[in-house]
Amino acid sequence: MSIEITVNGNPHTIPKNSSLTELLELLGVEGRLAVDINGEIIPKSTHSDQLIADSDRIEIVHAIGGG
Amino acid sequence: MTNDHFEIAGVKYSSRLLVGTGKYTDLDQTREATEASAAEIVTVSIRRTNIGQDPDQPNLLDVINPEKYTILPNTAGCYDVQSAVRTCQLARELLNGRKLVKLEVLGDDKTLFPAMPETLEAAEILIKDNFDVMVYCSDDPILAKRLEEMGCVAVMPLAAPIGSGLGIRNPYNIRTIVENANVPILVDAGVGTASDAAIAMELGCDGVLMNTAIAEANDPVLMASAMRKGIEAGREAFLAGRMPRRQFASASSPLDGRFF
Repeated sequence: MSIEITVNGNPHTIPKNSSLTELLELLGVEGRLAVDINGEIIPKSTHSDQLIADSDRIEIVHAIGGG
Repeated sequence: MTNDHFEIAGVKYSSRLLVGTGKYTDLDQTREATEASAAEIVTVSIRRTNIGQDPDQPNLLDVINPEKYTILPNTAGCYDVQSAVRTCQLARELLNGRKLVKLEVLGDDKTLFPAMPETLEAAEILIKDNFDVMVYCSDDPILAKRLEEMGCVAVMPLAAPIGSGLGIRNPYNIRTIVENANVPILVDAGVGTASDAAIAMELGCDGVLMNTAIAEANDPVLMASAMRKGIEAGREAFLAGRMPRRQFASASSPLDGRFF
């Protein structure tokens, strides 16, 4: 079974019951980042417990150059 | 001058030049210019990660090490209260709970002037949420004082529009803001070259935050060094106290003892 989610504005299909940690591995993103799901910030310490649900809207952000 | 420092949110800084990290050619240039500036506080912005990008690509925070620099995440690009607050919350999560932020809520994309009603509203929410807020604002002395009274840890009026390089357009307002203030006043945005930075410091500002003036110079690393010296020269001139202006000449050589 798979679910449809939106990551950084783009549609993705991932296996059901994936954790956020598994999603990040699947997407190949690592390092210093922050995640919010449906507008709620998910602390790093809970990434492995956080299950991704169908239709979740996920934002993964990092620091880039700016003034 | 070794003891000349200022303090933001309980942390002492000796460099009065704060720099951004945008508009550089690459991360090597970012690192070299930042080092040449001797800045201790460095701004970054918070944006979506590129999914599918090679994870071995260097990240900004690999070259601007948060152990070495105070990272100041900004809310650039935010035109409303909610997106500014959310950006700060994501930044705090990204930076392991560090709560220093640069709040800017913009009014329009032509001038990038701050939208002050929204800026005040966002500042209030962030301060209640325990953030240390350094706030980009208009050069209005009344609003600057209001932001201080709300609990902002530094007030940062613009000198001229962001990225314009026009210099200090309203020195009288900046001076009034400085004279009224009990928190650090930093000019944020608008300086174009080292003399602009020196003028800001001569007005009594505690520091200057800049990005484009360095990054868009022909030689950004050399300009970063020039800005560091401009800031130091302006600061020393402020502390030294300039001579009064006179309408007419005042001879430097004595008149007594002339043999002619």
